[in-house]
Amino acid sequence: MASASDVLHRQQSSTTSLRLSRFREIGIIVFLILVIGITLIFKPDFLRPINIRSILLWVPLVIIVATGEMMVIITRGIDVSVGSILAFSGIVVGMVFRDNPDFNIYLGVLLGILLGAILGIINGALIAWAKIPPIITTLGTLSVYRGLVFIVSGGRQIDPNHVPVDLIRWSQRGPFGLQWLPWVVLIALGVAVLAALFLKYTQRGRNIYAIGSNPDAARLRGIPVETTTFLVYLLTGAAAGLAGILYASRFGFVNPGETGVGFELTVIAAVVIGGTNVFGGSGSVLGVVLGSLLLGTISVALSVLGVASTWQLAVYGFVILLAVSVDALIQRELRRATTGE
Amino acid sequence: MTTEKTKMQPEIMETNPTENQQKAVRSQGRLKDFLARPEVVTVGLIILAFIAGSIMSPYFLDAAFLFNYTSLYIEVGIMAIAMTFIIISGNIDLSVASILALVAAVVGVSYFDMGIPMALTILIALVTGALLGAFNGFMIVRTKLPALAVTLATLALYRGVAQVLLGDDSRPRLAWSRDIIFPEWFTGINRIYVPGTPIPIPFVIFLVLAIILGIVLHRTTFGRWVYATGTNEIATRYSGIRTERLKVMLFTLSGLMAGIAGLIMVSRLSTARYDHARGWELDVITAVVLGGTSIFGGRGTMFGTVAAYLLLIILRTGMGVANVKAESQLAVIGSLLIIAILVSNLTGRLRK
Repeated sequence: MASASDVLHRQQSSTTSLRLSRFREIGIIVFLILVIGITLIFKPDFLRPINIRSILLWVPLVIIVATGEMMVIITRGIDVSVGSILAFSGIVVGMVFRDNPDFNIYLGVLLGILLGAILGIINGALIAWAKIPPIITTLGTLSVYRGLVFIVSGGRQIDPNHVPVDLIRWSQRGPFGLQWLPWVVLIALGVAVLAALFLKYTQRGRNIYAIGSNPDAARLRGIPVETTTFLVYLLTGAAAGLAGILYASRFGFVNPGETGVGFELTVIAAVVIGGTNVFGGSGSVLGVVLGSLLLGTISVALSVLGVASTWQLAVYGFVILLAVSVDALIQRELRRATTGE
Repeated sequence: MTTEKTKMQPEIMETNPTENQQKAVRSQGRLKDFLARPEVVTVGLIILAFIAGSIMSPYFLDAAFLFNYTSLYIEVGIMAIAMTFIIISGNIDLSVASILALVAAVVGVSYFDMGIPMALTILIALVTGALLGAFNGFMIVRTKLPALAVTLATLALYRGVAQVLLGDDSRPRLAWSRDIIFPEWFTGINRIYVPGTPIPIPFVIFLVLAIILGIVLHRTTFGRWVYATGTNEIATRYSGIRTERLKVMLFTLSGLMAGIAGLIMVSRLSTARYDHARGWELDVITAVVLGGTSIFGGRGTMFGTVAAYLLLIILRTGMGVANVKAESQLAVIGSLLIIAILVSNLTGRLRK
């Protein structure tokens, strides 16, 4: 029996959470402006085209994988194996290109996505049906997949001269030969838009939020919890697979011991900065895109300011900790506001 | 109500059959219970690994060789002791290997850059480890965030700070003359043995810590609280136990143990680097879970962890002898972690 006051209450709480989630995205933009402003004080020419280009090139890999990771975190899971999946797809497709110089690039991209999806399927099956906790599964596959990368490649790097020139061009030029808007950026935005539409307008997309908000209730409503959980890891694997090809395009090489190492931390940072709730149930693609942009700007700003690259990991750690703590505080206030405690 | 009914049914069925059948059912149940004890599987695997190892290489059964190998991996064992507490309490600490690295960095900077005497540096290192762990616990309790989220952040943060302290260089710096080193009494702890035996001192430290903390876990009220928290935190809190203080204490313990591990590693390698023990949280968690501790909390034993740790050593030694590459070894450890939980999930279902 839903009484009128109950409905009213629910409406109120949904507007509060709406306001807070918008506040979050505005918060990231304010922070972004702050970072740019501070950097401009020390380096007035920070916003030179070359730096903007660096930021734009830094972002796509993170956006693509972070959109998948966000879905995983919405379902109360986590996937720390994305860096290894990225490397696996990059190295295998790189080897195909190396051994068959005439191999079609688009087929290569498809192969990369497929390989990523297969590794994602393994993660998803272990988590959804074998009921192994996500952190344990993906911590294990992080090593297993990285081991596979070494076994498959024999420890050899894919050199720049083996990456097709056309693929590298994706990171250099955009449509109509535009230099400032490379194709990789557009691909990332395309993935983000597709993900946003999927999450907002399809039933499967809504199910992802439902099982994150309350898995028991979702099951009682007849939502296929296992299949949806499985799907989320599959999609993240596919996204990491695509990112593996774009890595080869952007950097021109794939190295078994270097490519994608620690990438999961960057991705998780982007996701939690973007306001995705670590308790599951909420998160937006727009937030993740802005979060990635913020991280990219910080990263380029640090190098422009001459801060040694050795600071990067510490900054990430600090930013993740800050983001999750602020989130936890917001959540607590939200609970206080809605339950009137 | 319905769950109670389903639980009752088998008991009713068991009381009906004749006495002989009853005995058979009971002994079968006992056998099943025994086999379902996760540590039994671990011990069985140790025996298997021993046989496989001795077939593969004649050096494998050399006690001195095996004992020396424990030293190369002793830090994992020491961190796994504290991780057993953490996982039984229903938490996880992903930052242990990073705490180890940061403590190592602090040791290097304190002794070489600040000129603090080694004895005092050791004290500083232990306090640093405990404080880093306490910070984890404090953040978890204060923000009410999952331990996973907080320690994933500090995994990056602590190793990041270690990297800021040392850069890509080590202490002693690569460019320094060979005379500037850690004091001789501090280095090479793995080359000191119990007189008259092939047992290295780090292994003794590990055993002593495991026994002391094993007693704490299994024979004290504090230990019972750890299990209670892992079984049902809210009920435990309502029964008057300060679960939040308990959590901070457990993470402080975890940090302290990682600090001890860090000191041993610096002593062993005579050098401090920011990338010490990178990725070893995997091995630590694998050791604990392989030892039969439930990843969902509330179940586990110190004996299981020690046995699983020994199994990991035998495996690593075996793979080392068989020239398996480091990355493939990592893959084996990773699959082992997953298989261990798969098996424990299955036996858990069998028990039901």
